[in-house]
Amino acid sequence: MSMKSAPRLTLYLLLAPAILWLGLLIVLPHVEILILSFSERVAPRVYAFGFGNYLEFFTEPLYWRTFARTAIMSILVTALTLVLAFPIALYIARVARGRAKAMLLLLCLLPFWVSELVRTLGWMMLLRETGVISYVLRAVGLADQPVELLYNDGAVILGLVYGGLLFMIVPLANALESLEQAVVEAGFDLGGSRWTVLRRIVIPHAMPGIVAGSIIVFMLTVGNFATPVLLGGKNGLWFTEQIYAQFITRFNWPQGAAFGMLLLLLSSAIVWAGLRLTGQSLGTTLKQA
Amino acid sequence: MNRPTFTWKLYVAAFYLFLFAPLLVVAIFAFNASPFPSPPWRGFTLAWFIGSGDAFGKPGVLVDPIWLDTIANSFKIAVPVALLAVVIGTVNAWVLERAEFPGKTLLSMMMLWPLVIPGVVLGISILAFFSRVANGLEDWLQTDLDFLRPGLPLVILGQLSFILTISTLIIAARLRKFDRSLEEAAFDLGASRARVLRTITLPFLSPALIGAGLVALLMSFENFNTTLMLVGSDAPLPITMYGQMREGASPAINAVSLLLMLGVGGIASAFALTSKAER
Repeated sequence: MSMKSAPRLTLYLLLAPAILWLGLLIVLPHVEILILSFSERVAPRVYAFGFGNYLEFFTEPLYWRTFARTAIMSILVTALTLVLAFPIALYIARVARGRAKAMLLLLCLLPFWVSELVRTLGWMMLLRETGVISYVLRAVGLADQPVELLYNDGAVILGLVYGGLLFMIVPLANALESLEQAVVEAGFDLGGSRWTVLRRIVIPHAMPGIVAGSIIVFMLTVGNFATPVLLGGKNGLWFTEQIYAQFITRFNWPQGAAFGMLLLLLSSAIVWAGLRLTGQSLGTTLKQA
Repeated sequence: MNRPTFTWKLYVAAFYLFLFAPLLVVAIFAFNASPFPSPPWRGFTLAWFIGSGDAFGKPGVLVDPIWLDTIANSFKIAVPVALLAVVIGTVNAWVLERAEFPGKTLLSMMMLWPLVIPGVVLGISILAFFSRVANGLEDWLQTDLDFLRPGLPLVILGQLSFILTISTLIIAARLRKFDRSLEEAAFDLGASRARVLRTITLPFLSPALIGAGLVALLMSFENFNTTLMLVGSDAPLPITMYGQMREGASPAINAVSLLLMLGVGGIASAFALTSKAER
């Protein structure tokens, strides 16, 4: 072995795990579902190349409507999460000091270390007909019969916003943290109202955090499965559920693969558009989070 | 901006109540002496943890074989995932921080990909790919290759596909801070490569290694989307919980959830301590 080939061999050995990981668990599987999505069954156990699975998506209203609904509701959830999280992030970053600040941030983190299933169980117990809210409403006389708050769009949105909050608050608080107090004061000194200062100074400064948080919340929401299915019940109608149904229930893998590609496309397109619109890169955005 | 209005303070308080309400409800009703996980409160009991099943027809989670198997499955998945995530993550971090080769930028970018792929899509793609491999190999070898079919090994691979990104990033961040003159000094003093690694580099990395292992453990315990697509008959906790929640469960699921919260809280505080030690 020459002097030069020894380090090269070492390099190959060190690269091997990364290549096996990305090759066998990411790249080849995605090539596989891409190929699968373009295969049509022409006879039992015989498949041929074709666009049938994608045509099926556009011709069957249930499929494309569920897709559009998932996309629109995810954008709505992202916007709501941003609006709800902003005052909290601003409070943590600009108002709270020392111990209180660390405490508030930690209290935000805690619920999100807990499994999504546990959080969803909590909402189910609060919202359902026999649940806590319905019980309290009857106890104080605001309702005379059980109130069903579960299994509707409101419950789905509530659960998804709840699940996204942390991923919005942390990047927002990080971005707001670096805003100079002097700049804010200058804004007030120049006669700006609270609202003007917020709109002209604070929000533009927080933009990297807003983009990072929104992208992450959108990705998590679009790809969510348990929350819309459990809180929405039959009315959940989330696109991931269609993928699951095709793959696991109906065993129609080519159709499920086409749906998977469409979901990946939707998720990537929105992430890409968000980054382009605001001129950020994926690496720095993920770091913000 | 520093003097918050009353409404703002009120909003912050309401927000934290909103944040903890579902968790508190889950925890409180784990102790309700009722066959249903709903009000009214019928008195305090530990039956949903350790009861024999005489009272409500179903045993407590700590004696119920279904839940014990599920918890065991979660560990059978999480422990290998955490160990592999640390070992492979360390090698990857080394490649990212120390090696120079053409295509390094591409490789480091590709390592971020798994984070932007929806978990369900990761699951179905791995399921489809490994089925094709299994079909091909089985025809060729004329034997059954069950480990490539849905089951624990496939769940482990599926979870690793994205957890590796996280562990690599955590360990690489620590390796970046390492002062290489320490290694050089050891080499100058005549230490071998293996000895330098063992006595200098790895001890420096150890907080990040433990941290990455704990995060991997947590993410494995909690993963639902990818796992759902790859799971066989041995279901881990989130999968069994999902099944029970769809059917309308007994407070046993609250008891499991509370145990999970405590376990996760323990791991998370261990992680917080290691990241404090790192600073």
